[in-house]
Amino acid sequence: MMQYAALIPFFPLVGFILIGLLNKKLPKSAAAIFACGMLLISFGLSLYVFMNISRQAQELQLAPWINVGSFSASFNFLLDPLSSIFLMIITGVGFLIHIYSIGYMHDDDKHNIFFAYLNLFVFFMLILVLGSSYLLMFVGWEGVGLSSYLLIGFWFKNNSYNNAAKKAFIMNRIGDLGFLLGIILLFITFGSSDYLTIFPKAQGFMGGDPMITTITLLLFVGAMGKSAQIPLYTWLPDAMAGPTPVSALIHAATMVTAGIYMVARSGILYALAPVSMYVVALVGVVTAVFAATIALTQNDIKKVLAYSTVSQLGYMFLGLGVGAFSSSVFHVMTHAFFKALLFLGAGSVIHGLAGEQDIRNMGGLRKKLPVTFITFLLATLAISGIPPFSGFFSKDEILAHAFASNKLFWALGVIGSMMTAFYMFRLLFLTFYGTYRGNGKVHAHESPKVMTIPLVILAILSTIGGLVGIPASLGGTSQISKFLDPVFKPAEAKMMLSEGSSSISEIGLMSITVVLVIASISLAWYFYISRKRVPSPEGTKLPVLTNLSYHKYYVDEIYNALITKPLDKISEFFKDIVDNKLIDGIVNASGKVTEWLSGLMRFVQTGNVDFYLLAMVIGIACIIFFKLM
Amino acid sequence: MTLYLFIILGVFAILSALMVVLTKNPVHSILYLVLTFFAIAGEYVLLNAQFLAIVNIIVYAGAIMVLFLFVVMLLNLNKETEPHKSVMRKLIAVVAAGLLLVVLVGSLKGADNMAIKPFSQNTGLIENLGKVLFNDFLLPFELSAVLFLAAMVGAVMLGKKDIK
Amino acid sequence: MNQAIHTIPLDWYILLSSILFCIGVMGVLFRRNAIIIFMSVELMLNAVNLLLVAFSAYHNDAAGQVFVFFTMAVAAAEIAVGLAILVVVYRNTKSTDIDVLNRLKG
Repeated sequence: MMQYAALIPFFPLVGFILIGLLNKKLPKSAAAIFACGMLLISFGLSLYVFMNISRQAQELQLAPWINVGSFSASFNFLLDPLSSIFLMIITGVGFLIHIYSIGYMHDDDKHNIFFAYLNLFVFFMLILVLGSSYLLMFVGWEGVGLSSYLLIGFWFKNNSYNNAAKKAFIMNRIGDLGFLLGIILLFITFGSSDYLTIFPKAQGFMGGDPMITTITLLLFVGAMGKSAQIPLYTWLPDAMAGPTPVSALIHAATMVTAGIYMVARSGILYALAPVSMYVVALVGVVTAVFAATIALTQNDIKKVLAYSTVSQLGYMFLGLGVGAFSSSVFHVMTHAFFKALLFLGAGSVIHGLAGEQDIRNMGGLRKKLPVTFITFLLATLAISGIPPFSGFFSKDEILAHAFASNKLFWALGVIGSMMTAFYMFRLLFLTFYGTYRGNGKVHAHESPKVMTIPLVILAILSTIGGLVGIPASLGGTSQISKFLDPVFKPAEAKMMLSEGSSSISEIGLMSITVVLVIASISLAWYFYISRKRVPSPEGTKLPVLTNLSYHKYYVDEIYNALITKPLDKISEFFKDIVDNKLIDGIVNASGKVTEWLSGLMRFVQTGNVDFYLLAMVIGIACIIFFKLM
Repeated sequence: MTLYLFIILGVFAILSALMVVLTKNPVHSILYLVLTFFAIAGEYVLLNAQFLAIVNIIVYAGAIMVLFLFVVMLLNLNKETEPHKSVMRKLIAVVAAGLLLVVLVGSLKGADNMAIKPFSQNTGLIENLGKVLFNDFLLPFELSAVLFLAAMVGAVMLGKKDIK
Repeated sequence: MNQAIHTIPLDWYILLSSILFCIGVMGVLFRRNAIIIFMSVELMLNAVNLLLVAFSAYHNDAAGQVFVFFTMAVAAAEIAVGLAILVVVYRNTKSTDIDVLNRLKG
């Protein structure tokens, strides 16, 4: 029966093909129901897999794929606890977002294509997590990049959206180069890219092996691109140009977590390369803090959430870098719940205000959009790490492991948590509290049930989702760690983790964090509710630090000057000189030479019959003569 | 005896052929060509190919040359209307032909060394030829009939005057 | 009769045939009247026929003479069509001079 798990990705693929082919002929409701139906079936199968997964990884062999010389790769799926958790997240949250999109995209004329693209994305993401070799994962990796491009630039008539889509795709490609180099090195070292071949072989390597370090660093470059870490993160805020369900699904819950999945899957390789682990943790924590500082001053709802996503991804990488593999996966799960909820809630606000995205023009929506408000509040509590919401458990596990290995990282992580709480509550207060600051023409209204029901379901998950990971220090059994244990045990054995700090110290750490977070929230309350501060309108002069943060530290401009412009100049050089003059010159010259030659040969055709006859006779004489020789 | 006959006939043929090429009047050319055919027919008889000798005279001298004469009469050609060539052209023509002659003779010289098979009196007699033609070469025979058909149709189509 | 034929060496037939052939070639190159050119071609064909028959007699193979049949047949057909074309050309250009037919000049 487990073999049917192989069908999980193919239902969304069927959805994409059918809706894509019958695009104009399908009525909107049919396309929507079909797409959601496909996701529901996949979710059901994923649920079945999840319930019956065995501790031992199970490989499903589907088809031979490439077989050239000594290089062979097959199309196989791998079912184990790690992939089954991701399956549940992708199909479950994906299904809820599909339902939400029925309402959000209702008035759009490209409605059917949207669902087709969404299904395509889910297909590729499922291939990514189910593939049993790096090569198949790379196929899914590229595929989700493609779907992301299609969906970010969905409203393609706007040129700046197209640029955002291109930027996302190109930055991903830079990371993919690293990924590909890593795969090639894996082939050279292990002879195959299958997980079940590499990981047992890797057990025999010494820790700190330089080849493994190189491989893991290159793979991490790929993760940096896909999961928006420094320096390849600038595409994610720009990707907010896509419709909000896209931001929720791709850029919050699933695609950006592909990097985390990849590093978690390669756990044993990273465990053998402490240098890479350190780099991963360093990049993660720096990104977490850096992005949080930018989010403090942003005024677009979706941009705040985008930088928040970058920051939270940083936390996940921090967790991976200090060896807390199952904690990172746990945070992926809880983040999927509350971040998708935040994005969908933002979409609900935007939909209710007919397109307004600037929080300076919002306020007082608490009464007009009650369901949205309550769910948004629950998600904000979760992301800030207030117990007993889900975010608290996952984030604090990561911070506890960070404390055990590097105190500085722990401190930076706590600072990041404070900033997270601050900017999230700032967003909440400015949007929903106070008085309405927008122009009076728009009549704010609550969204239809088809949009609010997924919000409610995600809110419930954000609230109780943490209960599967209650750590031992609080008396729980941390079911999720136990569930993921068989996957990460070899890696953890290699790392020789120091046994976690004593329970009391863990509770102490948690208390410190919670106290600091509550202090941040109070500060936000003070600024934005008591003092009714509103961020300055566009164009006012800002103090230096605020200005830097508001303009995202001018990183985009720096990239533009350092990288884009020189590349443009080089391209122009090649176009003008090499292509136009040199290559066209060669082609034209060959044409001219042919013309010249034929001009010479023209004189043979005199049109005179006896000249031809003479030529024939002499020719025959020559032929016979040469045959004699 | 045979040798003398051969030489006389050979010289006769060559002289007639030369006159064909060199005479200015087309009608004279045709008549000289008929003479050449007769000489060659004589050669055939020397080689015991009697049937071919007769056929040569009937077909070539009788039919084809008469056809040529018809056309010449139709076009009303005579000595004055004959176009002339420059001396240079004539020289080149002679040289080219001479070159070809040398090469041909040189290449075929060694053919004499092949073994001569025993002579049979029947080769060349019409009965024997008939047997070979209708047993081994039946298909080409039939195909030549098709060839004639095509040539006939072509000639008729080409010769028709356009009906205005 | 046995040896009578073989008193004349084959070489001489080859020589005779080649001379006739080359006279024909000379005629083709020499004359400008299309009809004379045709006749020279006939002369060439006959020279070849002569050679074929000679070989056939010397090697006692009837196939040579049968080949001559077919050559004659083809020659006849070719003359018919060739003369028809010539008549058409004469009607259009009022001349049988082949130098007039130089429309294929490049």
